[in-house]
Amino acid sequence: SKTKKNLTEQIENIIYSHRKIDDEFLEELEEILITSDMGVETTLDIIEYIKEQVKKNKIEDTGEIKNLIKTYLANMLEEHEVNEEESNAQKVILVVGVNGVGKTTSIGKMAYRLKSSGKSVIVAAADTFRAAAVEQLKEWCTRADVEIISSENGSDPASVIYDAIQSAKARKSDILICDTAGRLHNKVNLMNELSKMFKILDREYSQATIDVYLVIDATTGQNGIIQAKLFGEACKINGLILTKLDGTAKGGIAFPIVKELNIPIKYIGVGEQIDDLQTFDAKEFVNAIFE
Amino acid sequence: MFENLSDKLQNTLKKLRGKGKLTEKDIDVAMKEVKMSLLEADVNYKVVKTFINNVKERSLGHEVMESLTPGQQVVKIVHDELMKIMGEAESKLKFNPNDITYFMMCGLQGAGKTTATGKLAKKLKKDGKRPLLVACDIYRPAAIKQLEVVGASVDVPVFAMGDKVSPVTIAKEAMKHALKHGNDVVIIDTAGRLHIDDDLMNELVQIKEEVKPDEILLLLDAMTGQDAVKVAETFNKYLEITGVILTKIDGDARGGAALSIRNVVDKPIKFVSVGEKMDQIEPFYPDRMASRILGMGDVLSIIEKA
Ligand SMILES: Nc1nc2c(ncn2[C@@H]2O[C@H](COP(=O)(O)OP(=O)(O)OP(=O)(O)O)[C@@H](O)[C@H]2O)c(=O)[nH]1
Ligand SMILES: Nc1nc2c(ncn2[C@@H]2O[C@H](COP(=O)(O)OP(=O)(O)OP(=O)(O)O)[C@@H](O)[C@H]2O)c(=O)[nH]1
Ligand SMILES: [Mg+2]
Ligand SMILES: [Mg+2]
Repeated sequence: SKTKKNLTEQIENIIYSHRKIDDEFLEELEEILITSDMGVETTLDIIEYIKEQVKKNKIEDTGEIKNLIKTYLANMLEEHEVNEEESNAQKVILVVGVNGVGKTTSIGKMAYRLKSSGKSVIVAAADTFRAAAVEQLKEWCTRADVEIISSENGSDPASVIYDAIQSAKARKSDILICDTAGRLHNKVNLMNELSKMFKILDREYSQATIDVYLVIDATTGQNGIIQAKLFGEACKINGLILTKLDGTAKGGIAFPIVKELNIPIKYIGVGEQIDDLQTFDAKEFVNAIFE
Repeated sequence: MFENLSDKLQNTLKKLRGKGKLTEKDIDVAMKEVKMSLLEADVNYKVVKTFINNVKERSLGHEVMESLTPGQQVVKIVHDELMKIMGEAESKLKFNPNDITYFMMCGLQGAGKTTATGKLAKKLKKDGKRPLLVACDIYRPAAIKQLEVVGASVDVPVFAMGDKVSPVTIAKEAMKHALKHGNDVVIIDTAGRLHIDDDLMNELVQIKEEVKPDEILLLLDAMTGQDAVKVAETFNKYLEITGVILTKIDGDARGGAALSIRNVVDKPIKFVSVGEKMDQIEPFYPDRMASRILGMGDVLSIIEKA
């Protein structure tokens, strides 16, 4: 019983009510784009692009605008995609982000997904701070049927990571996924703690490739850009997980983030169930915003 | 990027302030900066539009045009209008003078309900109350355990019935429990839910009908973008909320969502949550929020200096 209203309806409305691509039309378009949270800068870039195209290709029909925007946005996301070569090397996924965005839930879903595809997975409970964070992750690991390495509440998260590395090495696990406590990017000591975790992985588990995924809540507004920037300074992020796309938020903040950090979106979260995680597809994502 | 915007805004306003006479063009230019700044602060687009129109209209009126310091007047109008929407400072919770008081916490997933439940409990306890916390989140893994840990950390009892009983039943039983154990304030923690999830929204409505809470508090993450309005509107439509707690403002989000929801639901922001620890909750100060949204250290002092 979930319903979703989309940008298409709004755009179609203005296309219908405007015959010509004039200032008024563009201003209403600007308004619609802003409501997706993509921000003023990205929006103005799109409007600029439309103006150029309209001039260059002598476009007169407002009906063509929707496809112009879609192409622009899909290209922008695809530009930052990287082809991942299949490798048999061991892998670590460190999951980071501000409080409550969906890190632990996404880890449960990823663990399930990877395990189902035949990989051996270990999960490290390196959120030793939040109340019942370990219990929450344990429940997800039970559901996904993967092993969890944890320590008691209040212990040093870096030491949990260290222990988990030893286990992953000993068991020759394909993938180690590390949960971390939610932290706001402007808290210097917490960000240092994160860098430390990253460094331990880098140093102690050199045979593994390290992926750092930043989790962004689709309802996030313009603060998402600073989040991405500062988390990116603390550890080398190479993928995004965009969660809570089952709501009414469009997740437009993903566009400036992808551009700013030059990293691809890896997964999207579309619910609270274990299979509510999808691999990212730029065209589908853009279509979903509009369709 | 944000610094630039607020710098730009400050510059524009400064320029305005220096002018002896203002033209409509001057005001248009300034309003464009204000508009951009508000959008970058995540104020909802519709709210921004109305706001700008109001400010413009007042700025073109005689109170500005005939003033000796028109620029300064415009700056003041921006601030005034912002404060008008922001409402009064209001951190008081409503208690039932004759019976047990009930608070219900609601909001989207991860907004900070469970944490704030603990914080309010701590506050109430300090005021000599005997609070009881109720674990009505039967969905999120370890949600009950989380509330139990939170409750223990502030030394307040938690009523739970596991995750096999419906939240409505849990709430009902909690009322009996509170009566029997002499609790005078009961705080109900509910599961995070999407405002478009009819089933789960109706579950809250049922709890409300059963409990008749004195406060229904919507928890809203200060980092929320344009969607905040829809969220607040819908929660309010279902539940007729009594107030808002704005969370995670210890971050650097400008928090324009606060302005948006104040504007559309006209319910007070009762508290702001400023961290993960149990004592990190504060009253809401409208003027501070206004300055924060504009991205200007202290708007009032700018006006005064002019
Ligand atoms: N609707 C929806 N809810 C989600 C999604 N992902 C996570 N959630 C919910 O969001 C809330 C927070 O999720 P968590 O996984 O605990 O988030 P976290 O980032 O680990 O939180 P902290 O560890 O406290 O910082 C929970 O109620 C989840 O069920 C999603 O894709 N859609
Ligand atoms: N920095 C900061 N973190 C907060 C604040 N309030 C809550 N949190 C954190 O945000 C995350 C989510 O908080 P919860 O209290 O679990 O949120 P919730 O609304 O109960 O989440 P669900 O039950 O999953 O919907 C946790 O990591 C909290 O520690 C705050 O004011 N500042
Ligand atoms: Mg977590
Ligand atoms: Mg909760």
